[in-house]
Amino acid sequence: MNFDFNDEQREIKSTAREFLASRFPPERVRELAESRTYDEGLWAEICELGWPGIAIAERHGGQGLGVVELVILEEELGYACAPTPFLGNAYGGALIEEAGSDEQRASWLPGIASGGARGAAEVDADPEPLVVDAEGASILALAEGEGAKLVDPGDARLERLDLIDTTRACFRVAAEDGEPLPGDAFPAANRAAVALSAELVGVAQRALDMAVDYAKEREQFGRPIGAYQAVSHRLAEMLWDVEEARSLTYYAGWCADAEPDSLPLAASMAKARASDAAASVTHNALQTFGGIGFTWEHDLHFLLKRARVAGRMLGAPRAHRERVAALAGL
Amino acid sequence: MDLTLDQQEEGFRDELRAWLERNHPGPAPRGGDQAQFEFEREWQRRLHADGWAGVAWPTEYGGRGATLVEQAIFGEELARAKAPRPANVLGLVMGGPVVIAHGSNEQKERFLEPILSAEEIWCQGFSEPESGSDLASLKTRAVRDDGGWRISGQKVWTTFAHEAKWCMLVARSDAEVPKHKGLTYFLLDMEQDEIDVRPLRQITGEAEFNELFIEGAHVPDENVVGGIGNGWMVAITTLMNERAGLGASAALGLSNTLDELIELARERGVAGDPIVRDRVARLKIATEGLRLGAMRALTATMKVGTPGPEGSISKLQWSSTNQALTELAVEVGGTEALGSGSLWAYRFLRSRANSIEGGTSDVLKNIVAERVLGLPKLR
Ligand SMILES: Cc1cc2nc3c(=O)[nH]c(=O)nc-3n(C[C@H](O)[C@H](O)[C@H](O)COP(=O)(O)OP(=O)(O)OC[C@H]3O[C@@H](n4cnc5c(N)ncnc54)[C@H](O)[C@@H]3O)c2cc1C
Repeated sequence: MNFDFNDEQREIKSTAREFLASRFPPERVRELAESRTYDEGLWAEICELGWPGIAIAERHGGQGLGVVELVILEEELGYACAPTPFLGNAYGGALIEEAGSDEQRASWLPGIASGGARGAAEVDADPEPLVVDAEGASILALAEGEGAKLVDPGDARLERLDLIDTTRACFRVAAEDGEPLPGDAFPAANRAAVALSAELVGVAQRALDMAVDYAKEREQFGRPIGAYQAVSHRLAEMLWDVEEARSLTYYAGWCADAEPDSLPLAASMAKARASDAAASVTHNALQTFGGIGFTWEHDLHFLLKRARVAGRMLGAPRAHRERVAALAGL
Repeated sequence: MDLTLDQQEEGFRDELRAWLERNHPGPAPRGGDQAQFEFEREWQRRLHADGWAGVAWPTEYGGRGATLVEQAIFGEELARAKAPRPANVLGLVMGGPVVIAHGSNEQKERFLEPILSAEEIWCQGFSEPESGSDLASLKTRAVRDDGGWRISGQKVWTTFAHEAKWCMLVARSDAEVPKHKGLTYFLLDMEQDEIDVRPLRQITGEAEFNELFIEGAHVPDENVVGGIGNGWMVAITTLMNERAGLGASAALGLSNTLDELIELARERGVAGDPIVRDRVARLKIATEGLRLGAMRALTATMKVGTPGPEGSISKLQWSSTNQALTELAVEVGGTEALGSGSLWAYRFLRSRANSIEGGTSDVLKNIVAERVLGLPKLR
């Protein structure tokens, strides 16, 4: 029994933390968020690191690592609040790898794994689905009944949604035709939900770190505000939120790799908890900052908005809890 | 990352399971009375006879020398089997480990075996009427007497004091030095006329805890643990053992109770109610969160000797989940579940203490804020 990363995984994590901190400092995140763009140069660097293919099999051009490694990267991308097309590409890749035919895999996975010919996928978002990272993608994986189909972006009409989170590009997509993926789309959706949970854990951890730092520094009534229990207990509860969501998310990642039968329940528990944790931790962080936290000028709102929108994607917490209740035997 | 058990751990689990199948005594009688206590004592004797009482203790002291993972498995399997608790819980999880860590060879020789066999029951005399969370402010005095000490003062909430032979007692042996420094850890023989044990009735109707009125009770020098003036340090070990004992087995206990709640919801015809479903799912998620956090903490403890931040929140997670679970049960179960003889009513009432006993939730949040998040102290 060992519930921790191995040396290689720790290496991936620290490299990612360092790389993302240097490439996505808060000023850069702000620029990208305000201009609603991804930085293609930075994406090219991410591709050089091999991240887009981290969980794709080696025979399809990926690194052949697992969902645990994907979770590690996603958590760091969330922590950096990095605007990139990573998630849409990863989900598109998972759908094609899990549910695609040999031919479909051979056509699309190498490009998705290298990041050179990106994929994008439709996610359930209540009430209407949306497609993340559709613009600039080479192939779209859209929902079709219970399954999924592949659509050439040239055959689809894209309309960018104007959501509060501008660090991620989400689209309404209409397309009549397309080529069905023959397999079951459910495992890929679960994997993507776990990856997104990790991103939400990262977002929450960043907001917590910012709030804790501020609580040590900011003084009122002659002492740091973190000395007041109304503030420090709120921060302790935020840590509880983050750590519980993290435990459930890492576990779900492990299930995806090692115990797939447990994945549906594990993924739903993780997504429900991580969505709620990110929403409440970013809210409580804002409260910790007081007025400055409510300004556009402060960076916190990018995290708060990302938490809210990502929390709705790939199943809102309530929908996942309904699944948990059913799987728990109710 | 590997959350499966290795061969040795599986062997340990299978052996224990087989043993439990043969030896499980059935459910303990309820009521917190003598009959329940004797049942639990008999159960501990049976555990001890086959070497399952001090699973965490080193083999040289009569324990099984189990690894941390095996200890977690032990807690989980006993919870899974719905086995009764052993009578001498406080001796097994606190008293014994303290004697092992800080005691002299003579103390180990004298005290450990009777703890395991439940021959001598232990209680914990820390809290006082004016010193609860602020334990270090305690006032019970220890005064030098030839060949030992005379203890005078009042203790409160002392669980099992009415059954106990020994009390882990912290008293002030030096009033001149700052409050943490003047404390000493004594093993007090409860069979003395100078100690008056008065039961305190709890909101469940049981009287598991007591008040102790101590007037000049005697403790010989050889029953000081860890040296004069080191009582605070020794007491902290006790509390850490108490908190570390939770985790995995607590999660399994919750999981059992949650299954019963699901059954109750079905019987009451509310299994389809979306609000009930949502609340049950939250409880399921919280229970799994506790279990997995405990596993992470266990891994960290094996690697670096101390649990990480996830370990410090286990008790908070457990108490809040157990309280929320029993609240939902008495809501779903209707007036029947609120009947005074009902098991759900008992669980609901008993769990009110979970956020107080073993350190209140507020105090635990202070600890998380100061030690894990590094926030400034209030003072
Ligand atoms: C069922 C049960 C069994 C017990 N068994 C034993 C036993 O065997 N041996 C033993 O020694 N003790 C035992 N206790 C006592 C237990 O450890 C104390 O009740 C506990 O430490 C709290 O102390 P108190 O009751 O004096 O409350 P107080 O410390 O007076 O606390 C009252 C309230 O103030 C809050 N508070 C206090 N200090 C702070 C602070 N610094 N910051 C924020 N809030 C604060 C608390 O959280 C609480 O809400 C038991 C208690 C229970 C309920």
